[in-house]
Amino acid sequence: MSNSTDNAPVAHSAGAPEESRSSLAALLLDPSFWADWASVVGLVGLVVIFGIAQPVFLSVANLQALLLAAAILVVLSIGQTFVVATSGIDLSLAAAVMLGAVILGLVNAAGYGIFIACVLCVLATSALGFFNGLIITAGKIPDFVVTLGTLSGITGLGLILSGGEPTMVGSTFLLKLASGSFGPLGYPVWVAIAAVVVAHIALYHSRFGVHLLATGGQAESAGALGIRTNRVKVAAYTISGFCAGIAAILLVARIGSAEPLINTSLLLNSVAAVVLGGVSLFGGRASILGPAIGALMLTALVNGLTLLSVSAFYQPLAVGTIVVLAALIMRYQK
Amino acid sequence: MSAVIPFPDAIIACNGLSKHFGGVRAFTDVAFQARRGEVTAVIGDNGAGKSTLIRCLVGVHVPDAGSIVFDGREHPFSNPDGARKAGIETVHQNLALIDELTVAQNLFLNRELVRRIGPFAFLDRKAMRREARSMLSRLSINVPSINQRVRRLSGGQRQAISICRAVGSGAKLVVMDEPTAALGVQETANVEALIRRLREQSVSVILVSHNFDQVRRLSDQIWVMRAGKMAATVRASETSGNELVALVTGAA
Repeated sequence: MSNSTDNAPVAHSAGAPEESRSSLAALLLDPSFWADWASVVGLVGLVVIFGIAQPVFLSVANLQALLLAAAILVVLSIGQTFVVATSGIDLSLAAAVMLGAVILGLVNAAGYGIFIACVLCVLATSALGFFNGLIITAGKIPDFVVTLGTLSGITGLGLILSGGEPTMVGSTFLLKLASGSFGPLGYPVWVAIAAVVVAHIALYHSRFGVHLLATGGQAESAGALGIRTNRVKVAAYTISGFCAGIAAILLVARIGSAEPLINTSLLLNSVAAVVLGGVSLFGGRASILGPAIGALMLTALVNGLTLLSVSAFYQPLAVGTIVVLAALIMRYQK
Repeated sequence: MSAVIPFPDAIIACNGLSKHFGGVRAFTDVAFQARRGEVTAVIGDNGAGKSTLIRCLVGVHVPDAGSIVFDGREHPFSNPDGARKAGIETVHQNLALIDELTVAQNLFLNRELVRRIGPFAFLDRKAMRREARSMLSRLSINVPSINQRVRRLSGGQRQAISICRAVGSGAKLVVMDEPTAALGVQETANVEALIRRLREQSVSVILVSHNFDQVRRLSDQIWVMRAGKMAATVRASETSGNELVALVTGAA
């Protein structure tokens, strides 16, 4: 009877108060803490460096522009997070944004009104995510392969639908969405904030969130406990598709037209933001704030380099370096 | 062997049970029962069919023939979820816990406590943490913190938590397949102490084990399987290690 008590390590058998006292120091010494908060540390570091090197960086106008520019990536990173949390990856994310934009443009051009166009855009990208999830789970095919396939397929579909031509979307609603603001922040920033809040609640305060992490952590064990892991995966991909749809609307609003072009840097940056945000690529470990801040950090990096008049050619190099560094730090998570 | 007189207080009883995999017979015409509030052990050599029998009881496999009566009702479970809903919890050998989730999250996995606000159900994390603490303390299980990820825990602590989860769900029957197979000496002692506490609290347990001494220490009734048949059943208090060896090997 007393065996189990005796066996517990002495330091660990302490009561709750001691537990919390020692935790702060332990936290700062724990490399896993730095891995979890890499995006925050990186963002703060960048803000300080750029703020000193180029004071304009910290001007209200520039910070507002930075947030505006980050909104799309934040929304996409959230979608990617749900997929990566199940130990998958959605390579078709940027292609889905393109398809959503093309559908939005075409439906609007056909005279159906902007609201129907936006709804169809989100429905189409969500359906695409659902389709991804279905093939991955029903066909038992690796996520990587399926989404690589849909990436290519959708690229073709977008070109066929649009005839390779951009469609102008002259809508006052989208114009307002892109340029209007509520308080100090533009509407796209509020959209991104809303996405963060909803996703955070879904991940941390719903049964779905726990089941998502369980599925990503150990799908077999989760299944043995009665969690329907296939459904969870399909849901994660559908959420990713939904986020792509929202991002597509923001993108069309921002550039005023729907183009059948895939912005590959959006895809790569969404994965990069997720990695920076401390989400394990092996699944089971995720947060929403982390990737959102990771997205902010990547945008701040590009913004700061531009302000410092560094050639745009150096930006991918800088992003790549930071992502690999972050991945190295992630090794300490375990 | 199917003519075993049923115990009046059996929590689970099966008769004439057979399971084949293609041409391979796992076991044939097996009768088995476990009393309410007792620890019932199933022993046997590798390949004797004990794991397959247990998997039939908890719904992982569906037997080809025979009947299973659980808690007074005929229960042909076709999947583990059905068995769990009926009140049979399994402590798996490997498929036990999710490493990346906390102790509390693991204890409540797939039966999370929620608060409903309108159409939405939010996790009641405070209640789960409180309940998790009392579940662990009821069984005198020591873990550093219920907010700790399970990854950091030792094998014995993990096994204790999976047993705690099974018991804490209000299961009528807890099935443990080789609960100490992967554990060191001290950790085995801890898990054995835990099983003894379950017996004191009158939890019905079915225990599959290789370890004859352990079985005699922990259980009330012992069933011996040999080559796909139920070879014998004895009271643990009335048998010896030598007799068990003889029964398992067929020397008796």
